Amino acid sequence: MANPLKCDLCSKPATVHLTQIVNNKVHKVDLCEECAQAKGVTDPSGFSLADLLLKASLNPEPAASGMKCEQCGFTQADFKKHGRFGCPACFDTFSSIIEPMLDTMHKGTTHTGKVPQKALARKTLSDRLNKLELDLTEAIKSERYEDAARTRDEINQVKHSFGQKPPR
Amino acid sequence: MTIASLIDTPSELTDAASSKTAIVLMTRVRLARNLAGNAFPGWAKPTQREDVLAACRDAVAATAPMKRSLSINVDELSDLEKQILVERHLISRELSGAKAGAGVVISKDQTFSVMINEEDHLRIQVLRSGFQLKKTWAAINELDSALEDRLDYAFSPTLGYLTACPTNLGTGMRASAMMHLPALVIGNQMEKVVRAVNQLGMVVRGLFGEGSDASGSIFQISNQTTLGEAEEAIIKRLGSVLNSIIEHELNARQKLIEADANKLFDKIGRAYGILQNGHLLSSSEAMNLLSLIRLGVDLGVFPDAHRCVIDRLFIEAQPGHLQHAQHGEFEPGQRDLLRAGRLRAEFANFAKPNFTLSSDGPN
Ligand SMILES: [Zn+2]
Ligand SMILES: [Zn+2]
Repeated sequence: MANPLKCDLCSKPATVHLTQIVNNKVHKVDLCEECAQAKGVTDPSGFSLADLLLKASLNPEPAASGMKCEQCGFTQADFKKHGRFGCPACFDTFSSIIEPMLDTMHKGTTHTGKVPQKALARKTLSDRLNKLELDLTEAIKSERYEDAARTRDEINQVKHSFGQKPPR
Repeated sequence: MTIASLIDTPSELTDAASSKTAIVLMTRVRLARNLAGNAFPGWAKPTQREDVLAACRDAVAATAPMKRSLSINVDELSDLEKQILVERHLISRELSGAKAGAGVVISKDQTFSVMINEEDHLRIQVLRSGFQLKKTWAAINELDSALEDRLDYAFSPTLGYLTACPTNLGTGMRASAMMHLPALVIGNQMEKVVRAVNQLGMVVRGLFGEGSDASGSIFQISNQTTLGEAEEAIIKRLGSVLNSIIEHELNARQKLIEADANKLFDKIGRAYGILQNGHLLSSSEAMNLLSLIRLGVDLGVFPDAHRCVIDRLFIEAQPGHLQHAQHGEFEPGQRDLLRAGRLRAEFANFAKPNFTLSSDGPN
């Protein structure tokens, strides 16, 4: 048990130990002298604990390594290096490492604020349109002309409901 | 609008703050937004950055607050112009150092600015002088909704607005106030305040200079977390933290006067003397002297109407503004000479201090 605490950022022996209560949760960060200086922890004008916790959470090797975002090619190693993600789809790919991080970083783990209603409605329609167009190609290919005609009508309906604003 | 005419127009921040809330110099709300299906700026290829920049510039410029705005690519700006925009809080240091394919759109009155391809595709910002959290939120909310008409935001029902850094997930909102807290600094209470504010989930930073150098006793207080709480709730919580800091600052001022008014007046009087007669002033010393004069205004030593002069000088004594006014680039040593000269000229016509406090005490 004589295992001395290691710095959360660089694994040198830790000499600075911080405890902070954020949203009724206790957060502990152990740092070596150098990292404490570099992060401005000794600085009375304040430092961002969230930033520190983020970097600290990147250090332990999670079980599932070698994940890669199909959309943008971003890997888990890239995240460890940059502390930023590659694209919006990364949040699906890396959800198993993001979720535990959120709990220490934020007040909650579920969004309760503003929702971009108009953008979401547009997306629902364009997703539907994409699917119908696939169906149409499929129906024509397999010579199901009645299905094709019905699908084409539906496509026109969806396009119409986009109204004056076509999707980008 | 051109960058030259924007720079020659004083910023909104130099407006006089009303005396009741003079402790809060400025309110700012920032929203991080990204476009669905596009790599974040730090990971995007150069052509992807250019595409996002073009799409965002068009969408932003088409909104109502951005009529006759300045819309410019970062690589079209000189170093000095970038520095001036940073000093006015219109762009971040990160954007001023961005690679190609980054830009900014700034409204004519300089209260709205949208950075494109900083850490996120869009960093929307609204600035207001004084303590105006709710109004500032309402203004940015409206601009954000107008942009949503034209842009497909990356959004997840559980994680909210998706951002390059997980610390901004959820609302993507950072609301902050810039506060002048000289009595808490003089009374060595700032460390205690920082700790208490941190425990309430808010962050305190010195505004000028790096790290511990909080020259001018000006601090920025903002929310630390963005996920799990609605925008209005964050704004409300920040507002009550700010009110309690204001109360502590006012108490600290009262205590300084009760303990030894002459000691405080001596500081203010000396600051006045140096500003009127000094010949070499570093940025940090100038900020500290101006801070004491501003405290003097709050205490009634100088007329209320002079507060806006100080607030303007807080910005205009910064290196970028100083060099722009002198039409050239200068070494830091030369700048100290220029700065002192500028301040001597301003203070030659400044009201004389009146050290007899009114009977109803400081406000
Ligand atoms: Zn370390
Ligand atoms: Zn990705």
